Amino acid sequence: MMNGALKKRLGAIGLWVLTFILMVVMCVPGLWVVLTAFRPNGEVLAKPPVWIPENPSLLNFAKIFGVGVDQVAIPVPAYFMNSLIIALTSTAVALLIGMSGGYAFARYRFKFKNGMFLGLMLSRTVPGIALSLPVFMIWSRIGLIDAKLGLIIVYVALNVPFTIWLIDGFFRQIPKEMSEAAQVDGCTRWQAFWKIEFPLAKSGIASAGIFAFLTSWNEYALASNLTRSTDSKTLPVGLMDFTAQFTIDWAGMSAMAVIIIIPALILTFLVQKHLIAGLTFGGVKG
Amino acid sequence: MANKPPPFWQREKYTPYILLLPAILTLVFVVLLPLLFSLYTSFTGYRLIRPESLYQWVGLRNYERIFSDGDFWSAFGRTIIFLTIALNVEFLLGLGIALLINKITWGQRTLRTIMMFPMMFSPILVGYQFKFVFNDNIGILNNALQSLGLSDGAIPWLVDKYLANFAIIFAEVWMSTSVFAILLLAGLFAMPRDPLEAAKVDGCTPWQVFRHITLPFLMPFVFIAMTIRSLDVARAYDIVDVMTGGGPAGRTELLWTLIARTGYDNARMGQANAMAYVSIILSIAFTYYFFTKLIAARKYMGGAA
Repeated sequence: MMNGALKKRLGAIGLWVLTFILMVVMCVPGLWVVLTAFRPNGEVLAKPPVWIPENPSLLNFAKIFGVGVDQVAIPVPAYFMNSLIIALTSTAVALLIGMSGGYAFARYRFKFKNGMFLGLMLSRTVPGIALSLPVFMIWSRIGLIDAKLGLIIVYVALNVPFTIWLIDGFFRQIPKEMSEAAQVDGCTRWQAFWKIEFPLAKSGIASAGIFAFLTSWNEYALASNLTRSTDSKTLPVGLMDFTAQFTIDWAGMSAMAVIIIIPALILTFLVQKHLIAGLTFGGVKG
Repeated sequence: MANKPPPFWQREKYTPYILLLPAILTLVFVVLLPLLFSLYTSFTGYRLIRPESLYQWVGLRNYERIFSDGDFWSAFGRTIIFLTIALNVEFLLGLGIALLINKITWGQRTLRTIMMFPMMFSPILVGYQFKFVFNDNIGILNNALQSLGLSDGAIPWLVDKYLANFAIIFAEVWMSTSVFAILLLAGLFAMPRDPLEAAKVDGCTPWQVFRHITLPFLMPFVFIAMTIRSLDVARAYDIVDVMTGGGPAGRTELLWTLIARTGYDNARMGQANAMAYVSIILSIAFTYYFFTKLIAARKYMGGAA
């Protein structure tokens, strides 16, 4: 009995050691970037390295946003606004289209249903860089290069398949009988949808929205080729501006990286439960 | 909307198509038509600097040229090797992590949340993060190795042919292992307990239980993860673009970075579109393969999963 307990204890310690190593590998690279964002530039280049920042400051953030000090050459505030506008607009539109499409897949039987679903998914497999070539050629003819609208349209199309997939899964989990009962009681199908099914699927739809937002927020392959200036450049594209200079401003770049990470971290935290449920239900139960 | 709804049968029949219309229109205009246009372009000698070359039909010459081009084949081969190594490592690590976290009772939710973060990182940030980690002069890795006395020189992680490819695969694995870990963990949670108990009573070893009960049950989840991954394998473009830009001297060039270089930097759009089509077919084949596997596994499980 004693021996078994000891074995169990050792096993538990082994598990924790493995988990600890795993977490270090997962967290240290990101943590290093975050720490660097708070260092003065001299400390970044110091030899031997300074592990924990000795003089942490917000100077790097002040510099990229031009608050109190001169702004660095890279117009981060403009990029930030572009990213926000493009991501929010494309998410809102993709959600509307996705709700309507997801509802159709979840609640109706129709011809070519499986074929259409496969078609939606296949459209998502096209590599961003491969899609960027024809879109670049067409957009440059109709004046959508270096325009926020140009990116918004592309991101809506990028997000629609996945949004439909997720929302389809969430609607499927709501028993059909509920809206049927409401219709028997005199609701139209439209009213039944808004009063019964939509409120129940709301949190799932919200997480589909967060996922779409992050896709747009993080996208690079298309954005880097369809944007040119502060009119439309987004944060991920702007990050590369730092490397175009002869000496890389690691501290400034890290501060900008932190700005890009923060929304992703917060939103991931909010969405995690629904995302896993949505992916597995959508995928396994079909 | 209309005050007087059409007859019931008519509504039911056409509603799904009307509901799907916005999605179909968007995808036709932003994905399908551009792809048809790029298919056409791949048969022309189109160069960005000479607009009239868009109408210069050259037949299969672009394809002949890329298929006889050494740079194309080495980028293609490197992409295949890159994907094979990355996906297998991601699957094995993800499986290990899922089994590990499944065993842990205290702090499991926190661990799961931390696991989600790399999934949500912008690939461009993952690339930047590892460009910084692997930097030969100020990177944390070389600094750590030197502080521990394991190495005295600066190891050129992103310059050496093998090390640079290793660094890129490492970044890719770091970014995408959690897709496998999280989905397989969801699979482990959904697993019925009875067969496990029965197998233990019958005297199966833990390995036999894993091999013949746990693993088959997890297969649909593996295929979901593979399908999801196949949708975004091309995100590796972002990582490589930041970390090495395909260099030094094309040593880390993947198919996707080669497309960008040919199309935008060298302005040979026709040829770039021909390559893009190869990459599209690669992605579609990949997705289709895992999707059919998923359907088959789902049938095999009898919808139990």
